[in-house]
Amino acid sequence: MKLTLKIWRQDATDSAGGFVEYPLEEVGPEFSLLEALDKLNDELVADGREPVAFDSDCREGVCGSCGITVDGRPHGPVANTPSCRQHLRSFDDGATVRLEPFRSAHYPVVKDLVVDRDGLDRIIGAGGYVSVDAGTAPDADSHPVTHEQAEYALDMAACIGCGACVAACPNGSANLFTGAKLLHLSTTSQARTERGTRAREMAAASEEFGPCSLYGECVEVCPAGIPLSAIAGLNRERLREVFRRRAN
Amino acid sequence: MTPVPHATSTAPGTAIADTAALLDDLRAIGEDLPGFDLPADRDPAKVWSERKLDYRLVSPLNRRKFTVIVVGTGLAGAGCAAALGELGYRVEAFTFHDAPRRAHSVAAQGGINAARARKVDNDSLARFVKDTVKGGDFRGREADAWRLGEESIRVIDHMEAIGAPFAREYGGQLATRSFGGVQVSRTYYTRGQTGQQLQVAASQALLRQVAAGTVTLHTRSEMLDLIVSDGRAQGIVVRDLLTGRIRPVTAHAVVLATGGYGNVYFKSTLAKNSNVTAAFRAHRRGAHFANPCLIQFHPTALPVSSPWQSKTILMSESLRNDGRIWVPVEPGDPRPANDIPEAERDYYLERRYPAFGNLTPRDVASRAARDEIVAGRGVGPLKNSVYLDFADAIARVGKKVITERYGNLFEMYTDATGEDPYTEPMRIAPGAHFAMGGLWSDYDLMTSIPGLFVGGEAGWGYHGANRLGANSLLSACVDGWFTLPFSVPNHLATLLGSDRLALDDPAVTEAVRRTEDGVRALLEIGGSQGPDRFHRRLGELLYDKCGVSRSGPELAAGIEQVRAIREEFWSDLRVEGRPDGFNQEIERAGRVADYLDMAELMCLDALDRDESCGAHFRTEHQTPQGEAQRDDVHWRFASAWERMADGRYRRHQEPLNFVSVPLQTRDYR
Repeated sequence: MKLTLKIWRQDATDSAGGFVEYPLEEVGPEFSLLEALDKLNDELVADGREPVAFDSDCREGVCGSCGITVDGRPHGPVANTPSCRQHLRSFDDGATVRLEPFRSAHYPVVKDLVVDRDGLDRIIGAGGYVSVDAGTAPDADSHPVTHEQAEYALDMAACIGCGACVAACPNGSANLFTGAKLLHLSTTSQARTERGTRAREMAAASEEFGPCSLYGECVEVCPAGIPLSAIAGLNRERLREVFRRRAN
Repeated sequence: MTPVPHATSTAPGTAIADTAALLDDLRAIGEDLPGFDLPADRDPAKVWSERKLDYRLVSPLNRRKFTVIVVGTGLAGAGCAAALGELGYRVEAFTFHDAPRRAHSVAAQGGINAARARKVDNDSLARFVKDTVKGGDFRGREADAWRLGEESIRVIDHMEAIGAPFAREYGGQLATRSFGGVQVSRTYYTRGQTGQQLQVAASQALLRQVAAGTVTLHTRSEMLDLIVSDGRAQGIVVRDLLTGRIRPVTAHAVVLATGGYGNVYFKSTLAKNSNVTAAFRAHRRGAHFANPCLIQFHPTALPVSSPWQSKTILMSESLRNDGRIWVPVEPGDPRPANDIPEAERDYYLERRYPAFGNLTPRDVASRAARDEIVAGRGVGPLKNSVYLDFADAIARVGKKVITERYGNLFEMYTDATGEDPYTEPMRIAPGAHFAMGGLWSDYDLMTSIPGLFVGGEAGWGYHGANRLGANSLLSACVDGWFTLPFSVPNHLATLLGSDRLALDDPAVTEAVRRTEDGVRALLEIGGSQGPDRFHRRLGELLYDKCGVSRSGPELAAGIEQVRAIREEFWSDLRVEGRPDGFNQEIERAGRVADYLDMAELMCLDALDRDESCGAHFRTEHQTPQGEAQRDDVHWRFASAWERMADGRYRRHQEPLNFVSVPLQTRDYR
């Protein structure tokens, strides 16, 4: 099949960018979107032109490195699927596909399709961890965790940190990301001792991003299928801390 | 052990004279290495506790006087950096990712082993060691396997405590499942995302230390050289991937936890950026490289379906608990899988290995699949895969249970192939995967350069010639959390009162100059082909000559062809873009330059090791049943390659003694 890729090119964070159109031929529906970019880059280099910079790593949908905006939608046309698992079978032969970096004021463009998502790690660094030193943990079998509880924790822990939720949000909110982490950790037994302080600190750190107006657009692009209840969870965990005023 | 000359008593038909001459031209034989020579009367089960007692300590008040560099933030690197930070050392942690959570440990699916032996299926620490040593075909270090098993118990507790939500039984206890090469159930898991959950927990623990100020984290930074001064590792040279700036960082010790080199095959199950550069540059500075030919081909990777496919995707081996592997009896059978009647299917693993069946170890399963494909019974459009069928399991336990066990893997499969594994069998094929070889280290995980430590897949030792499933997450976690935090201080204790190497020291400026020259050399070639083209060709060559099976003549030809590609690389490489900014072509070019040398070393080691063992299958050495024929008389050692100034190699060897697990022929029938 043939496609026209209309790609955002930007040399560096502080330079101006713009769209450039590239024809792409002899690609198949089984190509992933990123493999199409690989092929384009191979041709660009052979022509003596600079290849398109984009982040990707595992290409199995789990590392969270990749993330581009495709025709205005974070990651691409298939819902709840990361950019590396989007395939050309989603596009019509001959279509023009617009590729841009994730769009958010909180994600400065590094180059072309690469953005800086450090803000997400600042939220984790504010309390998204469990304060247990190596070697001091009790026997994990000494505290039973129900099957359902473990499954629920895992549903919330499935976030791959790609940051598409922020890019999809009209407000640029990171509440889905923050809420999922809070609910994951508030469900695991060891982590409960610092549940209150964690909620307070992480909620404060996430204010670097925009406020949540419950548009729910984050949920439609999340590759891990984190549900909207994670946002309710953020509010619940924060209120819980406000009313109880204690660490756990 | 006396160095043996290249054995010449091999099967007829091999070009012995040619390969022997080629080998002599490429390498010399060095001496034995004192890695860990366990006397026959010493109990290997006690070695770790005795060794820990021997280690020197650093008192809490002195710890902040020491700086340790940790390169890599996967399970081994993040664990090591966080644990040393918790203890009070100053840690400089480096990753080429934009966030530590993205390290490739995140992609492991199936589980993590632990010798907790809580079930009554007759598991035990000793059985864990036996499975691991035997699974590795007696080419790993036995004492290391004991440490691995012993610390596995703490690892599960710790990772659970810091947030990994392990699967639980309905009664609330930790759930387990089985993996290839064992007949007990000792694998702990979180659906098919075990690596992700462990990695996220470890990177959170790392960020906790960053917030506490003990660890300084440098993202998007790639190590390009090692600084050796006074005979010990004292720093690294890094390139800031955003600005292109090259700068030195010095410390009292350096830990490399930078993963394996499987991506040398281009189409591998590894993440695209996983590479060998940090380890290989340390190798160039004098660190010995152990067993580079030992690389695992994963039997349940997705088959290649297009020439532009960028990698092979792994499906967890845990699928083999319930999936049955088969091919049509008739070569080239054109019918869709579901139209082939039961009587015309060959469940070849169950037929050939009735005791282990579909759970035979990975090397055996990969080789068996390759045999079926080569014999023309491969399936799929390119006839390059075999079926992994869940129809029986779904009929037995229901779709709901299968979804709970493997749901995300099934989704991933559908996503990649457009096919529904609930209604038609998956198609799988062997793909280059885990590197058992790596930088040689002694029992304390210290390489042949004092002060340079190695952890996780970047090292060697535990897995011998074949890694058992679910032992990789374990080895990375044990190294990071429970070995390096003991052994690195043992080295630091000797350095009390010494300063970090000054940044204007000649050793530092020389290393920086060398690194800058190296990058400039790549940019100045000004040829016509980008780095990826060379990498793709190199990968195909390696699959062909140094793949699931190898032979002397093929390997000799492989070495020549690698050299030809390398020559072309150094005369016709084109690196687009500027050096002083974000430039992924420069990153790739440097890595491919290292892959080319690595590939030559792998072929050399494979040609040198004139036996079959585990994943290293030399077709000259097989039993009448087609199984690997080990040669314990001549090859019961680990090869550790020293790169000499002229680019030739010297092979040292660490003799391997087996005290608790007597040498035996692996038999999974």
